[in-house]
Amino acid sequence: MDKSTENMLALNAAKARYYGVKMVYTAQSGHPGGSLSCLDVLTTLYFRVMNVDPKNPKDPNRDRFVMSKGHCSPAVYPVLALRGFFPVENLKLFRSIDGHMSGHVEMKYNPGVDMSTGSLGQGISTAVGMALAGKVAKKDYRVYAILGDGEIAEGQVWEAAMSAAKYKLDNLCACVDVNGLQIDGATKDVMPSEPLDEKFAAFGWHVIKIDGHDFNQIEAAYEEAKTVKGKPTVILAKTVKGKGVSFMENQAGWHGKAPNAEQWAVAEAELKAKIAELEGK
Amino acid sequence: MGEKIATRNAYGMALAELSSQYPELVCFDADLAGATMTKYFKDACPERFFDMGIAECNMTGVASGMATCGFKPFVNSFAMFSSGRAWEQVRNSIAYPGLNVKVVGSHGGLSVGEDGATHQCIEDFALMRAIPGMMVLCPCDGYEMKQAVKALVEYEGPAYMRLGRLAVETVTDTIDGYKFELGKGVTLRDGKDVTIIATGMNVQMALKAAETLAAEGISARVIDMHTIKPLDEELVLKAAKETGAIVTSEEANVLGGLGAAVAEYLGGTYPVPVVRHGVEDEFGRSGAAPKVLDAYGINADGIVAKVKQALKLKK
Repeated sequence: MDKSTENMLALNAAKARYYGVKMVYTAQSGHPGGSLSCLDVLTTLYFRVMNVDPKNPKDPNRDRFVMSKGHCSPAVYPVLALRGFFPVENLKLFRSIDGHMSGHVEMKYNPGVDMSTGSLGQGISTAVGMALAGKVAKKDYRVYAILGDGEIAEGQVWEAAMSAAKYKLDNLCACVDVNGLQIDGATKDVMPSEPLDEKFAAFGWHVIKIDGHDFNQIEAAYEEAKTVKGKPTVILAKTVKGKGVSFMENQAGWHGKAPNAEQWAVAEAELKAKIAELEGK
Repeated sequence: MGEKIATRNAYGMALAELSSQYPELVCFDADLAGATMTKYFKDACPERFFDMGIAECNMTGVASGMATCGFKPFVNSFAMFSSGRAWEQVRNSIAYPGLNVKVVGSHGGLSVGEDGATHQCIEDFALMRAIPGMMVLCPCDGYEMKQAVKALVEYEGPAYMRLGRLAVETVTDTIDGYKFELGKGVTLRDGKDVTIIATGMNVQMALKAAETLAAEGISARVIDMHTIKPLDEELVLKAAKETGAIVTSEEANVLGGLGAAVAEYLGGTYPVPVVRHGVEDEFGRSGAAPKVLDAYGINADGIVAKVKQALKLKK
């Protein structure tokens, strides 16, 4: 990846982080922690990996994306807005009764969203369904999903994992956002999920482990997944929960909490400084 | 009248028959194809049949994902599991996004028989009815089922349909002017003293009950309410106005199903006595199906008793 591409991704991710946290601050509710951790992966997907056209969001041949951890709407909506699916202004009505930008990712009112999610463990099954549909219809689109490392305690995730292997869904690439934290604390304490690599491998998946904040590694992983035949791929992305806002980083308490005015002032300054730095200002 | 076939068989054959006409039709099962009768679809169209193993929650989600890509999935298991085990998947992955998935529950009610309470789903009507926008069906015989399947394939949106395990007498094929339409009940027998609104195989019981009542000089109208939701309010209101008393009958808990739907509607529009016939809020148990049904009063005599109760309440 050349420097300008990397800079483009970093800048879009930085803007998405700014909009995401601002949305949560404005709504005074939402989930900043896990949204910030997966944003580098999500930005790479929409700006480099996925074949999508914001002017034709329902194109039957498009690649699909499912945010299985549907509370990470402050990651999804900003990225879709930045990618051109709807105006950035729409983000102002996040979680507001005056609009339809639901607290959890919603597909009927928000162009570019391929599946409504929110109840954990369910999104990955729908992604399997989209991939299976691609096989049955003999289309060559690909299906992407992001799961949380807390989410995968849901048994349905493993039902889905078995079924994706059974149907040899090499058009499916899931990513687990391994930020190590969930609502009640560290994932290793709440419900240990590791070793994730061995678990997914045992379920018949191709496994790639990366640093989920390194754009080169992220893109390389998705490119590798495209070459894998006969089995689905999972990318285990090691990430930092709350990435990009100093006081939110690695703090479980910021899973589903909005910053107050004082905290927002700090976050805003940090996020804006990052954008300015990347814009070379 | 006369032929006996289980609605699950009629369903399985009808779905298989439609597979060639509808290339977007896909069928899912959870290791019960031989019981839910999706085996017919599997034989007719193996490339669009998916056995998802004993994992109903995932099956439901996979079907919803396929629906977003233009397919018409039918998801099958026993009613206990398709409507119960996977209830929240049906709610959040199918109904909330309004996806075109048909959830089918075979072996509904007490007539599962020997398998006992764990498999005798009496809550499916209530569970599925409670979900916004969910259509709920329970056809009464093979003839009606065949038309219901065709109508469901063409209907765009989420729906739940219950199938029965037992072979039941076909009654709708000989009714003059019988026409199947989603959301429209059918008057199978006219009457003026009371109306029995039944669904599923209780329709046959209701017809028998009406015969018994006729011998006693009571004229009972019988409505086959194959669509529980949306309720055919016009037909219910007409029955309330013309007969002044209603008995509902279903092989389900009296809480939350057809009887509740009718009572809820009439309570706010045209209050007349509504007596509900069904399972009185208790679990079933093992036994030969006809004996289990008799033990819980789910038979023609049970309906006759409820009719008499309703007539006493009638002003």
